[in-house]
Amino acid sequence: MCKECGCGLPGENPVGISAHHHVHSHEEADHEHPHGTVVGKHRILEVHRAILEKNDRLAERNRGFFHARGLLVLNVLSSPGSGKTTFIRETVRSLGKRLKTGVIVGDLATDNDAQRLRESGAPVVQITTGTVCHLEAEMVANALKQLDMNGLELLIIENVGNLVCPASYDLGEDLRVVLLSVTEGEDKPLKYPPIFQSAGVAVISKTDLATACDYDRKTALANLRRLTPKAHVFETSAKTGQGMDAWCEFLIQQHKKLKLEWGNR
Amino acid sequence: MHELSIMQSALIQVLEQTRQAKATRVYSIRLRIGVLSGVVPEALQFAFEALADGTPAKGAKLVIEDVLARFWCATCKREFKATRMFAECPDCHHPSAELRAGREMELTSMEVD
Repeated sequence: MCKECGCGLPGENPVGISAHHHVHSHEEADHEHPHGTVVGKHRILEVHRAILEKNDRLAERNRGFFHARGLLVLNVLSSPGSGKTTFIRETVRSLGKRLKTGVIVGDLATDNDAQRLRESGAPVVQITTGTVCHLEAEMVANALKQLDMNGLELLIIENVGNLVCPASYDLGEDLRVVLLSVTEGEDKPLKYPPIFQSAGVAVISKTDLATACDYDRKTALANLRRLTPKAHVFETSAKTGQGMDAWCEFLIQQHKKLKLEWGNR
Repeated sequence: MHELSIMQSALIQVLEQTRQAKATRVYSIRLRIGVLSGVVPEALQFAFEALADGTPAKGAKLVIEDVLARFWCATCKREFKATRMFAECPDCHHPSAELRAGREMELTSMEVD
């Protein structure tokens, strides 16, 4: 177990538990720290385990399964109403036969999104989480059993609309795609740092509404860059199709690149 | 609101460790929580009190250690601590894409009997 960062992955060298790196008497102790031994009348258990270790492990299992099948997997995150479903539907349509795509969509209730997504012709599985505000790796693994995976090359997972909680849960994806619609305000990335910080791709959606809501493009891009300087940024409108070609071309290239990497293993 | 499910995962580990150690009571639990983990310590505390009821961990002291975000600046070739989560080097003001710490959520240790 990695004891440095609590990532849940095995460390390079198993680290033994040592109680002290320095000497002081317990009577004079001016600081508190775990000892790995009996202190006073209670026992101290050194654990050093990632709290979400189980999810991380299942996510790695998903990742292995996806790679074995040559699947590129996206985890799409945003606040409710940023246009995830429409963006995904139009992505599937634009890709057409160039990349065979399946979708898993998570919501608290209803299968409305699944119905909308099926209009694209892609196989779709809806996960209803009840009261859970995010998707977990196990839910994705269960949904996979119901998904027609035949010939699939791209799997898009639409997470529950929420800019906080899904950031903590790895699903086994290759790329985290965070949407920010022009109607949400340019400072949204600054208000929700963890999720934007974890993004591999940032998509600015609904660009057709930019003028109507006085969207300040320069500030929005600068704010995104402050949190996630290396993310690929796409500016799109699923409604008019603006920017969708560049986005689809990026996905096709990513799929090619990953297939090459997996092939060489 | 996901603090509840995170605390639940932590508590499952705590109770498992308690069983393995053949202990009957948990006195304290130490967690390390990164500032970029998206978890609010106060909400964890609240969730803990709600979940621990009826378990050997009831009444245990929850000690949460914050872990600041640390980034690597490729220009200055040094690590810097980011107090406001921005990946911007305080010296050269270049943004860094390499996060070295700040996302962790770890059950560090616990005191039992």
